[in-house]
Amino acid sequence: MGFPHPIHERETPVLSRYFGDAEARGLESWKKRGGYKAMEMALGMSPTEIVNIVKESGLRGRGGAGFPTGMKWSFMKLDDGKPHYLCCNADESEPGTFKDREIMRWTPHALIEGCAIGAYAIGAETAYIYIRGEFTEPIYWMEQAVKEAYAAGILGANAMGKGKRIDVHVHRGAGAYICGEETALMNSLEGRRGNPRIKPPFPAVSGLFGMPTTINNVETLAAVPEILNQGAAWYKGLSLSNPKSTGTKLFSVCGNVKKPGNYEVVLGFPFKDFLYDLCGGPLDGRKFKAVIPGGASVPIQTMEEAEGTLMDYEGFIAGGSMLGSGGVIVIDDAQSMVKQIARLARFFAHESCAQCTQCREGTAWTTKILERIRDGQGTMEDLDTLMSLAENMTGTTICVLSDSCATPVVSGIRKFRHEFESLITGKRVHPVMAAVA
Amino acid sequence: MIGSDEKGAMGGHSSPDLSSHDSHAHEPHVAVFTGAARSELDTLLSRYPTKMAALLPALWIVQRERGWVSEDSMAEVSELLDLTPAYVKGVVTFYTMYHQHPVGKYFIQVCTTSPCGMCGAEDTVRALLQHTGTGELGVTSPDGRFTVIEVECLGACGFATPIMINEDFIESVTPEKVPQILAGLA
Ligand SMILES: Cc1cc2nc3c(=O)[nH]c(=O)nc-3n(C[C@H](O)[C@H](O)[C@H](O)COP(=O)(O)O)c2cc1C
Ligand code: SF4
Ligand code: FES
Repeated sequence: MGFPHPIHERETPVLSRYFGDAEARGLESWKKRGGYKAMEMALGMSPTEIVNIVKESGLRGRGGAGFPTGMKWSFMKLDDGKPHYLCCNADESEPGTFKDREIMRWTPHALIEGCAIGAYAIGAETAYIYIRGEFTEPIYWMEQAVKEAYAAGILGANAMGKGKRIDVHVHRGAGAYICGEETALMNSLEGRRGNPRIKPPFPAVSGLFGMPTTINNVETLAAVPEILNQGAAWYKGLSLSNPKSTGTKLFSVCGNVKKPGNYEVVLGFPFKDFLYDLCGGPLDGRKFKAVIPGGASVPIQTMEEAEGTLMDYEGFIAGGSMLGSGGVIVIDDAQSMVKQIARLARFFAHESCAQCTQCREGTAWTTKILERIRDGQGTMEDLDTLMSLAENMTGTTICVLSDSCATPVVSGIRKFRHEFESLITGKRVHPVMAAVA
Repeated sequence: MIGSDEKGAMGGHSSPDLSSHDSHAHEPHVAVFTGAARSELDTLLSRYPTKMAALLPALWIVQRERGWVSEDSMAEVSELLDLTPAYVKGVVTFYTMYHQHPVGKYFIQVCTTSPCGMCGAEDTVRALLQHTGTGELGVTSPDGRFTVIEVECLGACGFATPIMINEDFIESVTPEKVPQILAGLA
């Protein structure tokens, strides 16, 4: 649902059904809403059976990359005699994204159930939910729910009385966007600086504590119980575009839009209807100018591109961007693109873990040059420098934070070059922009 | 500023530098991990296969008990977890939320990343600086009550502008609401 708005008739609330319903947080009332039935069923199946159901459902990772979840789980070699781990990525720090927060605040037991099923399916006894340090309220509700689940025997040495050990622990981060990158998260959980690791080895071979590990986003794991309850075919049937994008997806909407908030739609939903109908369109007297549809790391779309996009993994690529985390940042005609892109670059520069030269220096210089252009001190040559910096920052580093910084810059210069040029040549694009630039 | 920081060209990950207010540096260290805090740590240790993994949680306990993480506390933690003090310091300095120096009674973090910036975060920052009497980012007010800093995305972008006052999260803060919010603090 469009929390904090009521459910829109064109939404399909599966994960968000109980957002805003404080009662759903408690174990007993959660059970009344069908909670923990899927876990009970799962513990009676073989891990491989569960993996196959998830594979068949078509569920793909909701953390950014869209990797097929069932396939990821199948990389875990069962019976290799090693402890396995499940990490739930609740670091949610991608600008524009605030959906995992609502899942944890309103339906903590849905996530615990998803973690327990996921852990069992990959042969793990322990799942850690790594939550960003600033999320004090989600941490509080998750910890309460974990306590309740232990007290009720749902978690622990003999989970649900089925003879399996399943532990779920909440682990608090301490402020660092980079800890959302999967191997940085593992380092951080181990008590280290959150530097991403060089891959390979991949987590399924050597992850947390050097053991086989699977890492999934909050929304991915929270979707699992309902897939078991209603079946893979049901989930697969939730698709408005193509069979590679199935299920519902939470989109967080922010920026210059009438009704910011979270909306849950079936993948393949028309983006134009989403923006104007569900989200209420632009603020009075203003016009949409651009959208960053998948969190700050994906290419900027012009409105022409956005309005022709179908909201799924393939659709956003066809529309010149990516689905990413589903954090939709809407930018209107009162904003200077240069100013916003410069601020995003500053974000990445601040969050670079500084291991790789291209990233450490590249994000810093990109920011410096963009701020110079923003302040009217840029030259045409700066645009070429930015493009060549971006090229050096892409595909050359340990993780993709470096690429993520280059992305809005390259797409911004390509699609809104006139705004950069007019700041350089001293010609304002229009009066509203001059006032805010 | 660019290129001047060992951790990263733009400052990388580090707590804000609030060193001008480090007045407690020479008081003798009173151990944090005694009584309830000690058993809390023992419970935490049982959750991980290594002691090191309890480091971030242990530092959170220190900050909760003392308001900041001093070098003495780092030394205490390093002994409990079989680490070196230098290692612990290396970890502390990576993360932005551990205070390496005392801060105001009310530590206020304001998001100014683009999505909030487009919705007026800068005005909210100005109002906070004005009404807390801090005047400047990262500086503690003369009465020791407030420190205001800008932070990156707080993960609540649809509710611009979110701020945190110590452990409390407040959404949709506008300049007009600032006086009332501050008045509500003890
Ligand atoms: C810099 C960076 C930050 C990331 N932040 C997050 C995050 O906050 N939450 C998340 O789920 N995934 C994040 N990811 C993606 C994770 O590395 C990983 O792909 C994801 O957690 C896998 O889960 P999924 O397969 O369920 O999507 C980030 C990646 C990078 C490179
Ligand atoms: S790309 Fe940037 S954030 Fe990623 S590992 Fe390298 S320096 Fe760190
Ligand atoms: S940009 Fe301000 S909370 Fe995300």
